[in-house]
Amino acid sequence: MAASSTNSAYWKGFRDGIPFILVVTPFALLFGVVATESGLNLMETMGFSIVVIAGASQFTALQLMNENAPTLIVILSALAVNLRMAMYSASLAPYIGKAPLWKRAFIAYLMVDQAYAMSIVTYETRPEMTVPERVAYYFGVITPIVPLWYLFTLIGAMVGQSIPPEMALDFAVPITFIAMIGPMLRTLPHILAAAASIALALGFAWVPYNLGLMIAALGAMIIGAQAELWFERKART
Amino acid sequence: MSETATTWFIIFALGIGTFVLRFVFIGMIGDRELPPWILRHLRYTAVAVLPGLVAPLVLWPSGTGGQTDPARLVAALMTLAIGYLTKNVIYAILGGAATLYLGLYLVG
Repeated sequence: MAASSTNSAYWKGFRDGIPFILVVTPFALLFGVVATESGLNLMETMGFSIVVIAGASQFTALQLMNENAPTLIVILSALAVNLRMAMYSASLAPYIGKAPLWKRAFIAYLMVDQAYAMSIVTYETRPEMTVPERVAYYFGVITPIVPLWYLFTLIGAMVGQSIPPEMALDFAVPITFIAMIGPMLRTLPHILAAAASIALALGFAWVPYNLGLMIAALGAMIIGAQAELWFERKART
Repeated sequence: MSETATTWFIIFALGIGTFVLRFVFIGMIGDRELPPWILRHLRYTAVAVLPGLVAPLVLWPSGTGGQTDPARLVAALMTLAIGYLTKNVIYAILGGAATLYLGLYLVG
């Protein structure tokens, strides 16, 4: 009974994860290509994708390494891009915090934007799910994503420079991010937070070491939360 | 450090640091309830980070050396519109990519 319900949760997650193949493969391919073009060898390129699994921060690190930034700055900037993972971790904690520690460790290692976004939406809309079902669902979502992340980094690294610049592959990254943002704009506070994030990020783009993005993210979260409170109060009166 | 050693140092430092960020709350706080004000802010995490991450890439794309490019700008807006209206990530990506290639074809 329990086994079959976790089993079906896993396959539900797997099906929900499949569309992200279209998001993840170009992103991984792109990283492989860009890393190789930046002079990393195959092992180093794969090292990034296997040890880190966080595209945006991998691109950040690469770019700063190309600019010969100090090692500490490279690491701190790329980690700043990943600060959102701590926020994902906190928002998943109430749903899967009771899972065994080793499972939580795997969940943490595999925590990517798509897995988080898909899982949190499902947990919120289906509160009747048990903890084992939630964990199974999460691993289901990850299954079609992470192995392809490794594989397409490898393909990208091998194909390397044979992709012509007319393909405008540089813009695959922004388009996949934007495509994920659209469906997230569920309420007016979400829209206000997104608008604030854009305005603040552009306004603070001059701040060194990617800290402008951190300022923008914090400001946008506060604006979203305050807007939510304001609309709640307005609804009551 | 040699260049290779530095690269591997960056890879592992970034990997370990990122794991810590991912693990910090699900691993250490576990199932303790977080206060409502924290949860209220966390609801906006993704919409607070991703648009800010992407906005400079749209306005100053690396593919054109930082020059604002009409084809990329229109493709970005199209992707956002399709994603918002259909709530479907894949339609948005395909629509955005089609718009980009059409734009590059028309302009270029």
